[in-house]
Amino acid sequence: MNFGFTEEQELLRSEVRKFLDDQCPMEQVRKIMESESGYSAELWTQLAELGWLGLTIPEEYGGAGLGWVDLVVLLEETGRSLFPSPFISTTLTAAAILEAGNDEQKKAWLPALANGSAIGTLALLEQVDVLSADGITLLAKTDGDDFILTGEKSFVNDAGAATHFVVAFRTGEGAEDLGLAVIERDAEGVNAQSFPGIDQTKRVGSLSLENVRVASDAVLGTAGQAWPLISRLLDRGAIAVTAEMVGAAEGALYMTVQFAKDRIQFGDPIGRYQGVKHPLAEMYVDVESFKSMVYYAAWTIDESPGEAERSVSLAKAYATDAFTRIGIDGVQLHGAVGYTAEYDIQLYLKRSKWARPMFGDADHHYERVASLGGL
Amino acid sequence: MHFNFNEEEEKFRDEVRAFLDENLPEGADRHDPVFLMEWNAKVREKRWVGFSWPKEVGGGGGGIVEQVILKEEMAKRRAPALGTCFMGLAWVGPSIVQYGTEEQKERFIPDILDGKYQWCTGYSEPDYGSDLASLQCKGVLEGDEYVVNGQKIWTSLAMWAEWIILLVRTDPKPAVKHDGITCLLVKMDSPGIERRPIQNMSGGSMFAEVFFNDVRVPVNNRLGAEGQGWQVTISALANERSGIAEVTGMIRKLEELKELARKTNKNGRPATEDTRVRGRIARFEAQIEAMRLNGMRYLTKQLKGEPLSSETSVNKLHRAELEVTMGDFALDLLGSTGHYRAGSDAAVDGGKWQTGALNWPDVVIGGGTPNIQKNIIAERILGLPKD
Repeated sequence: MNFGFTEEQELLRSEVRKFLDDQCPMEQVRKIMESESGYSAELWTQLAELGWLGLTIPEEYGGAGLGWVDLVVLLEETGRSLFPSPFISTTLTAAAILEAGNDEQKKAWLPALANGSAIGTLALLEQVDVLSADGITLLAKTDGDDFILTGEKSFVNDAGAATHFVVAFRTGEGAEDLGLAVIERDAEGVNAQSFPGIDQTKRVGSLSLENVRVASDAVLGTAGQAWPLISRLLDRGAIAVTAEMVGAAEGALYMTVQFAKDRIQFGDPIGRYQGVKHPLAEMYVDVESFKSMVYYAAWTIDESPGEAERSVSLAKAYATDAFTRIGIDGVQLHGAVGYTAEYDIQLYLKRSKWARPMFGDADHHYERVASLGGL
Repeated sequence: MHFNFNEEEEKFRDEVRAFLDENLPEGADRHDPVFLMEWNAKVREKRWVGFSWPKEVGGGGGGIVEQVILKEEMAKRRAPALGTCFMGLAWVGPSIVQYGTEEQKERFIPDILDGKYQWCTGYSEPDYGSDLASLQCKGVLEGDEYVVNGQKIWTSLAMWAEWIILLVRTDPKPAVKHDGITCLLVKMDSPGIERRPIQNMSGGSMFAEVFFNDVRVPVNNRLGAEGQGWQVTISALANERSGIAEVTGMIRKLEELKELARKTNKNGRPATEDTRVRGRIARFEAQIEAMRLNGMRYLTKQLKGEPLSSETSVNKLHRAELEVTMGDFALDLLGSTGHYRAGSDAAVDGGKWQTGALNWPDVVIGGGTPNIQKNIIAERILGLPKD
């Protein structure tokens, strides 16, 4: 039993933290979040050169061949610094190809994702934010071995930046007749864009498909049997977002602790008053706790897949409630300045609002925990 | 990062399970005094009482991980406690092992392990509960005896205890209030000791007030040096481990709550179909899982030889909240039948949910209130200024 990070993982953490502190401090985050693309092409290239874009891609496809626990280390740091980039989307795209793609497909796409020349994202759901097979209604027409797709995917993260989309579609009306394919942005009939969102450091968008032809070499796995894969992708998405929440929540906590030490009211630092101390202690209890849960869930993804559904749901559900409180308490403990655009704490609160529904809200995941627990 | 136990640890787990199979058959009556005496003799013989204490004093000399495995397996089968001398095993023994003279170890440790009699802990005083270091109960050295005058309160098991581990102030004006406190081991039938039970809100009286009026304590009953009482106490408190075994108890309680939900109706339908009921139970599960995994993280720290200190307040706070909210949730499930209390024929499950919902202060206030735990986290971990 060893519930701790290795020396290599700690080293990775300090490297990532140093890189982000140097290259993307908060002034830079603010510049990027106000730009149209929502990410910095220059920093993206540097991330690729450092080997971080291909962290979980096997070495034979140009990556570093590490696992989800390593990825969590990186995501915690991107979360802590609110680093704006399509990193999670690209990582999930790689995960889809890695799990269900054949060797040809892996060779075609993974090296490009690792070296930063391709940016990927998942386009799974449509209008209705239902995280089950019912949430996918786009019905494919068949033409020989090819599929023709027409429809609109909503809630597509980083759609504006993405060059590759992992698109879910229906091959039939059955409960789980689902397929998954990689569609490139420059294919005919593809139109994608991002919109400004509630969290300015994240981009949300849509993908519109009009008679887009999907040849069989673009289909991941077996068309019609994709639901288990999609379900695992949703879990991976949930844990990736939650890993960023750990870093962001911790960032918000320590930013507020520092404020409480510096801010003098009634002749004392406000951190001397229990009315301030106690909510900060409660924030710490939550951060410690969902940290443990996220680390464990990440471990189950690679090492104990049978436990992954439960551990992912517990982590996402707990973190969703807790980070919401942390965002609100963080702003509130700053007083009125916390609500101003000038102060950074409000950016963390916005992250908590963005993260709430991502890959399932607390109610969704608690319901799954109840079912898995025999209720 | 991995969560598997090594071969040797798994072998030990098998040994514990085999022991339980043989000595704790399904349906064993855990209230049968004959069974309990036999059980106690057997776990004592295995050296599982005082499992982590050194072998020289009669303990098991076991490691932290094995101790966790032992407690986990015991909790899963709802085995009776390891040893019958509760306070002696939790607080007094570890302090004597660390600070006692050879004579004290020989005199007290075997009896504690054998559970010959109960101990109680004379820490809190009226007006000085959480502010333990401000205690006023006086000890004055006269010749080779301390003369003790003062009062203790909230002393658990005091009505039954034969000995008390007592903190007295031997220096009335120390430079720092944590100095000048001395730890004494005192026989409860000493002349000048008076005990008065305090009835609690669930009807029992677990704790008592204890009065000391010119009580004479031989100097060789002093534990540690004069003025060292605070350190003696702190190390006993630190002896509380990562708390993993407690979590197993919470998991069992959650299973019992689910059972209760399964046999209960809400708005004319099975309670388990109610989304609010499902959500609340799942939330308890998440919090218990947080405690379990926090405990494993802290255990890992201990295994690496890093000291644990204030982090343990995190799980204490979880536990405090769970005790209250799970207790109330059980009453919510019972609805109006929750008004019957233990002892009433109409009470579901013998009224244990009602008693539980009133007994939470044992664990919530005992060992430091939630507000004290929050101060500890804020000041010692987050570095905020002291009150």
